[in-house]
Amino acid sequence: MTVISAQDLDLTFQTNDGPVHALKGVSLDIEKGDFVSFIGPSGCGKTTFLRCMADLEQPTGGSITVNGTTPEEARKARAYGYVFQAAGLYPWRTIGRNISLPLEIMGYSRAEQAERVARTLELVELSGFEKKFPWQLSGGMQQRASIARALAFDADILLMDEPFGALDEIVRDHLNEQLLQLWARTEKTIAFVTHSIPEAVYLSTKIVVMSPRPGRITDVIESTLPRERPLDIRETPEFLEIAHRVRDGLRAGHAYD
Amino acid sequence: MRSVLPVLTVLAVIVGIWYLAVAPMNVRVALDQVERAGEVVVPEGSVPRREVSVWQLMLNNSEHVGLGYALDRPRLPTPAQVGQELWKTTGAMIAKGRPWSKRGLIYHGWITLQSTLWGFALGTLLGILGAVAIVYSRTAQLSLMPWAIISQTIPIVALAPMIIVLSSQVGIEGRGVPKAIISAYLCFFPVLVGMVKGLRAPETSQLDLLRTYNASGLQSFLRLRLPASVPYLFTSLKVGIAAALVGTIVGELPTGAISGLGARILIGDQFGTPLAIWSALFAAAVLAGALVTLLDAIQRVTLKRMGMAT
Repeated sequence: MTVISAQDLDLTFQTNDGPVHALKGVSLDIEKGDFVSFIGPSGCGKTTFLRCMADLEQPTGGSITVNGTTPEEARKARAYGYVFQAAGLYPWRTIGRNISLPLEIMGYSRAEQAERVARTLELVELSGFEKKFPWQLSGGMQQRASIARALAFDADILLMDEPFGALDEIVRDHLNEQLLQLWARTEKTIAFVTHSIPEAVYLSTKIVVMSPRPGRITDVIESTLPRERPLDIRETPEFLEIAHRVRDGLRAGHAYD
Repeated sequence: MRSVLPVLTVLAVIVGIWYLAVAPMNVRVALDQVERAGEVVVPEGSVPRREVSVWQLMLNNSEHVGLGYALDRPRLPTPAQVGQELWKTTGAMIAKGRPWSKRGLIYHGWITLQSTLWGFALGTLLGILGAVAIVYSRTAQLSLMPWAIISQTIPIVALAPMIIVLSSQVGIEGRGVPKAIISAYLCFFPVLVGMVKGLRAPETSQLDLLRTYNASGLQSFLRLRLPASVPYLFTSLKVGIAAALVGTIVGELPTGAISGLGARILIGDQFGTPLAIWSALFAAAVLAGALVTLLDAIQRVTLKRMGMAT
């Protein structure tokens, strides 16, 4: 079943230096349960594409559907959870109250809020930190809390915009592993923007390679790796072959100008 | 507690400079006084002495310089004299069982405090409402902000008498209301500017996040913009309450006022009693310090409870 479908999507920003083609002729289908990574250099439109799915940007051409409806309707139906690069937790709310923020806005009862906060905290392995304030947590823990916040209202789609981009590699490896386990347990559809080739290959069932000026898709790689992936899968020839193909795709689309 | 020593050092320097300044400031008055008492002063007569610098006068009449520190009506009273006068008009009044005497500063300080608090409340309310309008409406931003800035360029001393006259014309009795208006006029601006900054403090991604939840405008205001503005609000409130006090005192200055610290300053000037002026001035400073300290304490407690203590 196709969850997100983009057909010939265009997005042109009008700037003082003339039009900027953030996206041009982008077509892609994301199936239910997919873990799709978007990789490419800055300005290739990967974040813009994600924001189009989330109805945070309006395409100037082509069409895009989320759960068979427009992104706006999907947003209003709270069809997806969005995770930004910065955890963006409210400093005046405890971790628990940060996670219940979407629940409050969506009108869940207090009992339901408490139950869901406890459940999602357990999912991201932050049980016991409910009463802590964000500044009392490390960067990686804050990002896990922000993932918990996106999971709290049980949207089937998770849109993640470089969620681990600001974290060091050790924390990043750990979170990647946790994210895969979480994905396996919750069967969500995940769209994931990243700069890192190993991260994209390790996590994804499908890797979308993009290139800039204009932002477009240059390659879509279906991963042949099994769904069960221990961290040391990254040393297998199969993994390295996919990584190699991603690197080739990036090189082909990017003239290093 | 570590800040005590630097604060005391600065205070000691100020008091030292003050004491040093008393001699040259008061030497003419002191010489006039001893001359009237029959002593010989060089040069003779207060009119010829105007041609001579205070430094020369101090050199010529060094034995009389000390008198400058004990005058009844000095040009510049010593800190000790001001302190005595302050005690006489506050603590001593309480000791005598007449704390609310109109000759004491407690009564006048209370009159000023009342108007200040009314003006502060009104100014804060207007400042917050204005900031909300500016943040949410581009029209308000374009129309309101320039006026807010222009309003602060008009000297309040020019505006204050007009506000008092106008309010009596429309049948408002007494000084309370016009004083509160003048006070609010000075107070709303820092609150407005601080709140505009505070309400705009949330990052774009935080606003985007609420959009992904399909949150209503009111929900994002109450849950994101308002709490995010609290640290900015307190900073503005501290500036605002000091401005409100200045506004009230300016409102008490135009002729006719008989109560309030501003009136004491004016009356002290008219009757040539500098000690009354200086003690009223210090009473105002103490009041301002107390109000700012109180707000600072409320800020600490609030931010701590919000988990935003730094």
